[in-house]
Amino acid sequence: MPVLTHLEAIKQGIWEEMERDAAVFLIGEDIAEYGGAFKVTAGMLEKFGAERVIDTPISESAIVGAAVGSALMGLRPVVEMQFMDFIACGFDQIVNMAAKIHYRWGAKVPMVIRGPSGAGVHGGPYHSQSNEMWFVHTPGLKVVVPATAYDAKGLIKAAIRDDNPVIFYEHKFLYRRIKDEVPEEDYIVPIGKAAVRREGTDLAIITYGAMVWTALDAAAEMEKEGVSVEVVDLRSLLPYDEEAVLASVRKCSKVILLHEDTRIGGMAGELAAVISEKAFDDLDGPIVRVTAPDTPVPFSPPLEEYFLPNAEKVVNAARKLAAY
Amino acid sequence: MPTNVVMPQMGESIAEGTITRWIKKVGDRVERDEPLFEISTDKVDAEIPSPASGVLTKILFKENEIVAVNIVVAEIDGDGASAAAPPPAQTEEKRPADVEPSAAAVSQARTAHPAAAAGQEPVRPAGQKIRSSPLVRKIAREHRVDLARVTGTGLGGRISKKDILAYLAQPSAVRPAAPTAGPAAIQTPPPVTRPGPVAPPGPQVPPAPPIAFTEPTQVVPMTAMRRQIAEHMVMSKRTSAHVATVFEVEMTHVVEVIGQNAAEFERRNGIKLTYTPFFVRAAVQALKQFPLANSSLDGENIVYKRDINIGVAVALETGLIVPVVKHADEKNFLGISRAVRDLAERARSKRLSVDDVQGGTFTITNPGIFGSLFGTPIINQPQVAIMGVGTIERRPVVRNDAIAIRPMVYLSLSFDHRVLDGAVADQFMGHIKKGLENWEESVL
Repeated sequence: MPVLTHLEAIKQGIWEEMERDAAVFLIGEDIAEYGGAFKVTAGMLEKFGAERVIDTPISESAIVGAAVGSALMGLRPVVEMQFMDFIACGFDQIVNMAAKIHYRWGAKVPMVIRGPSGAGVHGGPYHSQSNEMWFVHTPGLKVVVPATAYDAKGLIKAAIRDDNPVIFYEHKFLYRRIKDEVPEEDYIVPIGKAAVRREGTDLAIITYGAMVWTALDAAAEMEKEGVSVEVVDLRSLLPYDEEAVLASVRKCSKVILLHEDTRIGGMAGELAAVISEKAFDDLDGPIVRVTAPDTPVPFSPPLEEYFLPNAEKVVNAARKLAAY
Repeated sequence: MPTNVVMPQMGESIAEGTITRWIKKVGDRVERDEPLFEISTDKVDAEIPSPASGVLTKILFKENEIVAVNIVVAEIDGDGASAAAPPPAQTEEKRPADVEPSAAAVSQARTAHPAAAAGQEPVRPAGQKIRSSPLVRKIAREHRVDLARVTGTGLGGRISKKDILAYLAQPSAVRPAAPTAGPAAIQTPPPVTRPGPVAPPGPQVPPAPPIAFTEPTQVVPMTAMRRQIAEHMVMSKRTSAHVATVFEVEMTHVVEVIGQNAAEFERRNGIKLTYTPFFVRAAVQALKQFPLANSSLDGENIVYKRDINIGVAVALETGLIVPVVKHADEKNFLGISRAVRDLAERARSKRLSVDDVQGGTFTITNPGIFGSLFGTPIINQPQVAIMGVGTIERRPVVRNDAIAIRPMVYLSLSFDHRVLDGAVADQFMGHIKKGLENWEESVL
């Protein structure tokens, strides 16, 4: 099985879907001739032509609006945000149009908005955000955040085939750092299903995106101390796999909720609420969050390092919780 | 060289005890084997003698603190020089701690956390809320575990999932072998003498200290003994199919035997001649005839017991305890009399050993001492029957078609219908009745 980087896997997934379905087209800033800021769409213009790989002016509102309109007309647009930070400029089109059309008029809006998010590459406050929760809080959208190359390909394909809007978060730190085996044959990873990345019995870390790898590092460290840590990769945040979350909580009785996103209003808070509502009697310790603090992502590399959750911080939290 | 005083292990399954009272204070001179402190454990309350002579230099746990077994609770300095050591507070004020050895020891005891000073075992001060988790509480509910018995190894002694699972994994986690049973106590009433009033009330159990109400309700935590009784009673009701039967027994003959022999018995043996040994003896004879009443149930097996060990309930201020007359079938009347008296005395002075309250095969309890006609006691698990002795009083009865006045007693038997059918239970009681009404054995 070929080994692909996270980025190559996404690219391959889009490529295959464009080959498979002529309604799929790409739209975004510098995606055609330049091949995209991170080169996800490199070579697509040559392969699929200017009608299906469209460069736009710098106007996210216009890009998303055009995508919504074309989706309503039966096409399947895949929008690239050059950085997910700039998605805010297209916010109204996403949350008031794309998200609500199916509910309001019963029409399909088969579109994907994808782009790089996350910190760790010294991108500063405008190129490093994890703003997925803006959309997790918007009924009518789907939000996915893959961690592995396999999932990145399987989920982008599932997103493109989905008949309603999907926000697809690509962690830029993973783009070229994560490689894994990706099958050549057609497959999808269903939206809304979590994956247990590592089985454990004493403590579960529930996380997503780049933090899956952080959690796995921490789990390996804790194993040396005799604590068996389970790592659950949510993969999708909306809808998220409640069943998998509760199953791991019931199995391990202690849980750490980990994300790179800031703390207040983060996914961890939502999961904590559901766990205490539905699995309170299975808890053997407090529900612990490990997240970034409630600040913008710092530009200064040492401050960025301080800001981001890492394996050491997770291990410290895990030690405390294990001993609780 | 100071001697460490540790929390003794009062029986194999006992993991901790509550220090109920320090008899000696820091600075007090204490002799070896002199009572030093009192403890209360799941099995027994006891007075703990000092392991050495010397001066009590450190008390590491306050009264009402729960301490794991083998943890050092105090130190005694056997050095004669420090025998006259002044009270610690004074010592500490007057001299630097490092000059005077005993003062140093005292200051160390002050600063050290009790648990840290005492060792690795976690300690839960009495009255402090037991810290656990929702999961632990759920498991405890499902398995009917009293969390007070589970040792917590989590943060601050918190009981974690690991702790309760480890507790449940112990073979003793089912914990049936409780020493206490029955609703009332065997006492030693003075002999009934004719004609005169019959069966004056025996020695009163002192009433519980009055509660000073500051609120409409006052919440008082159960003592370890009370908890144990509560747990054991409910467990027994849950376990056995309780049925009660009541026999009326004429005590004329026994009363005569007591009347004729009381003075001589006391002169020869130094103890009073009481009713209790009569009932014990009669029960022993019946148990020999009906070994099923001296059995217990183990799953689908009936376990017959060779030894006949009769538990005799004793009411204490703090609760009920059932010391056991071991090998009652091998003792004569005097032997049983002495054993009953000895056990009752030691129960009241908290000197029972764990062995004294274990191994019973049948129990006798005496609600009559407080005037009850008859009771329907709860079986002392894992036994299958318990006999209650009602008040002995003169009642009109029909004899030869005439009404006669005779000292009478109701004997009740609560028996486990899983093992004993009514026919066997009633024959068993009939045997006791016959033995008492036709008492032949010399008591002297």
